Amino acid sequence: MGMLEGRFDENFFVTTIEQGIAWARESSMWPMTFGLACCAIEMMAVGGPRYDLDRFGAGAFRATPRQADLMVVAGTVNMKMASRVRRLYNQMPDPKFVIAMGACTCGGGPYYKYGYNVVKGVDLVVPVDVYIPGCPPRPEALMEGIMRIQDKVRGMRYLTKGQAIDLPIPARTGYIQLPPELDDADPVKALEKQIAWAKMNKEKATPTKA
Amino acid sequence: MTATEIIATLDAECGSKIKDKKTDAIDPFIVVEPANLVAVCTTLRDHPKLRFESLNCISGVDYLEPDPKKVAKAGFEPHVEVVYHLCSISLRHRFVVKVLLPRWKDDKPGELPEVPSLVEIWPAADWHEREVFDLTGVMFGGHPGLYRILLADDWVGHPLRKDYEFPLEYHGIRGR
Repeated sequence: MGMLEGRFDENFFVTTIEQGIAWARESSMWPMTFGLACCAIEMMAVGGPRYDLDRFGAGAFRATPRQADLMVVAGTVNMKMASRVRRLYNQMPDPKFVIAMGACTCGGGPYYKYGYNVVKGVDLVVPVDVYIPGCPPRPEALMEGIMRIQDKVRGMRYLTKGQAIDLPIPARTGYIQLPPELDDADPVKALEKQIAWAKMNKEKATPTKA
Repeated sequence: MTATEIIATLDAECGSKIKDKKTDAIDPFIVVEPANLVAVCTTLRDHPKLRFESLNCISGVDYLEPDPKKVAKAGFEPHVEVVYHLCSISLRHRFVVKVLLPRWKDDKPGELPEVPSLVEIWPAADWHEREVFDLTGVMFGGHPGLYRILLADDWVGHPLRKDYEFPLEYHGIRGR
């Protein structure tokens, strides 16, 4: 226990059962092996030793939807495949999550205009939790997406005393480290700074008439 | 064997069945009527000087200028071509056969034009003909199982036709 040594007085710490369940759940996201096109190569790279998805507990790729929590739709979904995607989604046990990986699954990508056979976004077929743009996205981007799914799992309420479980809402939009000139200890001030910065850049980008 | 020699050999065998020929193209070709296609292709395969054992590919080409302003400059009448690329592995030469078809049979939109199937001559033609049928909309008479190969079985239309309209909706999925 080298990492934990000296961090806790008397070697115990306090948590809630709900947090414990969430921690257990988010640390074992089992994705489904489900590559449709070129994005699948990046997904395999994420599972490989260089990026090592197992560090985040999501490396156990299952070859069946019945054992999976997370469906990474990696690649172009065409009309013929759409019904199969839907069926695989229906076979997954609750709670289930979907990542739309790549430009094609987010909204049709390069096939948006002239692809007669491409579904213009997999969200027309199954509900999507996290969209990862890119063609294909970097492995880091997919890992970021999986971490956002983990945030979502952490934000879910499990112990509800018989009431209906809330729809999962994302706990936060993401851990983004801001540059020091845009960051502030007060979140309201930080937001004001960011809005001002965005406005300034928008004005800068507007072309002046010659 | 050069293309000129191939055409000369073919002329001697079945000259009356060759409708048109062009030797100065990059891929020299002959044009054949659909009714004579099987006879000409059998000659191409079985003649000892030609021996085209291999059918490389079949392409369906839709010649249509959808823009009415550019029709006058297009330089062709609307029609569909089926192009057969052949090669002989033993004699190391290659050749192209083309069949010109109307865009629709008897000019009735929706009625697909028909070509005899070449599966009996080259078994490789099977899937190629299915693909041409699927995407370009050409009927291959005598094909053992002519159904769609790439698109779903209940798909409407043939997408590589120039006047193809994209589906608005397919089984509840928005198409465009």
